[in-house]
Amino acid sequence: MTAEAPQPPGSQLPEHPDFLWRNPQPKKNYDVVIVGGGGHGLATAHYLAKNHGITSVAVLEKGWLAGGNMARNTTLIRSNYLWDESANIYEHSLKLWEGLEEDLDYPILFSQRGVLNLAHSLQDVRDSVRRVEANKLNGIDAQWVDPDEVKKLCPVVNISEDIRYPVLGATYQPRAGIAKHDYVVWGFARRADTAGIDIIQNCEVTGFVTDGNTVTGVRTTRGDIGAGQVALCAAGHTTTLTDMLGFKTPVQSHPLQALVSELLEPVHPTVVMSNAIHVYVSQAHKGELVMGAGVDSYNGYGQRGAFHIIERQMAAAVELFPVFARAHLLRTWGGIVDVCPDASPIVGRTPYDNLFLNCGWGTGGFKATPGVGWCLADTIANDEPHPYLAPFGLDRFVTGALVDEHGAAAVAH
Amino acid sequence: MQLIECPWCGPREETEFHYGGQAHVAYPADPDALSDEDWAHYVFFRSNTKGRFAERWSHSAGCRRWFNAVRDTATYQFHSFYRVGEQRPATS
Repeated sequence: MTAEAPQPPGSQLPEHPDFLWRNPQPKKNYDVVIVGGGGHGLATAHYLAKNHGITSVAVLEKGWLAGGNMARNTTLIRSNYLWDESANIYEHSLKLWEGLEEDLDYPILFSQRGVLNLAHSLQDVRDSVRRVEANKLNGIDAQWVDPDEVKKLCPVVNISEDIRYPVLGATYQPRAGIAKHDYVVWGFARRADTAGIDIIQNCEVTGFVTDGNTVTGVRTTRGDIGAGQVALCAAGHTTTLTDMLGFKTPVQSHPLQALVSELLEPVHPTVVMSNAIHVYVSQAHKGELVMGAGVDSYNGYGQRGAFHIIERQMAAAVELFPVFARAHLLRTWGGIVDVCPDASPIVGRTPYDNLFLNCGWGTGGFKATPGVGWCLADTIANDEPHPYLAPFGLDRFVTGALVDEHGAAAVAH
Repeated sequence: MQLIECPWCGPREETEFHYGGQAHVAYPADPDALSDEDWAHYVFFRSNTKGRFAERWSHSAGCRRWFNAVRDTATYQFHSFYRVGEQRPATS
């Protein structure tokens, strides 16, 4: 048996890139104005240019490019959702992730290392097996694995029967994985910029210019910008925009905290999630253990949360991964997620004819980035919701056709 | 962790409390008269204020009673605590 020579951490990472996009002055008018320079906004811009040849597009970002949730997420990508509507959009997204490096001609370090969603109770087991079968019916790779197989896939998981929430098995999606979130942003931004799309930073939206049921322009800290169509991709801050427009959405903004450990040797080869004790863990390319928890209970915009949430999450992590007990916590942070009553996003039409909404992704926005960008670009180009987005309209809260992914989505919200 | 002041028990640690969302959402006075849209708004739609927000908390690990608070959702600072049925204090 020959062991590979040890590689210094980070040795496979590319060099730090040069400037990848221009920093233009906003023009007077654009065919499409996208509010929010995060992953969803940039992906939408990219596919507007690539799939539809629409390049008179501005992406407005109040801070710096992707300095919000795109810089604050835990980078997990999977499509093992229960309901057909969710499976369609997340699987579409996963397929795009699989070819994204070629499409963007940029490294994103997409690593399909698989995700385990642990089951800790008989009810968890039943729900998990049901979800595996639903995934298979939707053509999504999924397996039910027993505790010994969990141990083979991720040797540091504690499968002892004596812990408070023993591992009774897990669902396994081999095609799931992680990507390098910064590179994803930079790749999309570079491509959109090359296509002629203006990415305008330090440009906060302060209001809208409307004419009846039409939005004709966007008021910003860098002046008024005329718009043929407008798409809101502002994640946790969407309701501050819709409040300016005078209509309501049923989303609530909550802090979602994450943290990383110091750099460690490779010990964790896959992604492990546990809904019941709520912790999820992967090991970043450089070696940090990346962990997330559930959302903090209260509404918040502060990009931080309460310490007891981290404490609870750490207690769960150490019981499940005893080997982590001596790892040092390097840093913690919080993003702001917009959570819907049915734990599914809201994408589509609004009371304004030419204004499209994209919000409510809760804790699941990162994995959807290319998929929602593709479908929202299609929606804007054809002025008609893409079939994968049609079930996620704002009107479902009146019709009652909810896509209730609470628990079913293998993560608590 | 911050202290939250239960109007009955006084200041206690945040972990003793449960969050209940927006305060002062009254049950419809005439439920039969509501359209589907009205019902949707009553059941699902809440304000998502950035700034001072009147909200409900339950002292779930203490007296188990509900009360209201005004808290700033950008800074997380509490500005006032008051009992159910009392008017929201003027905190601008």
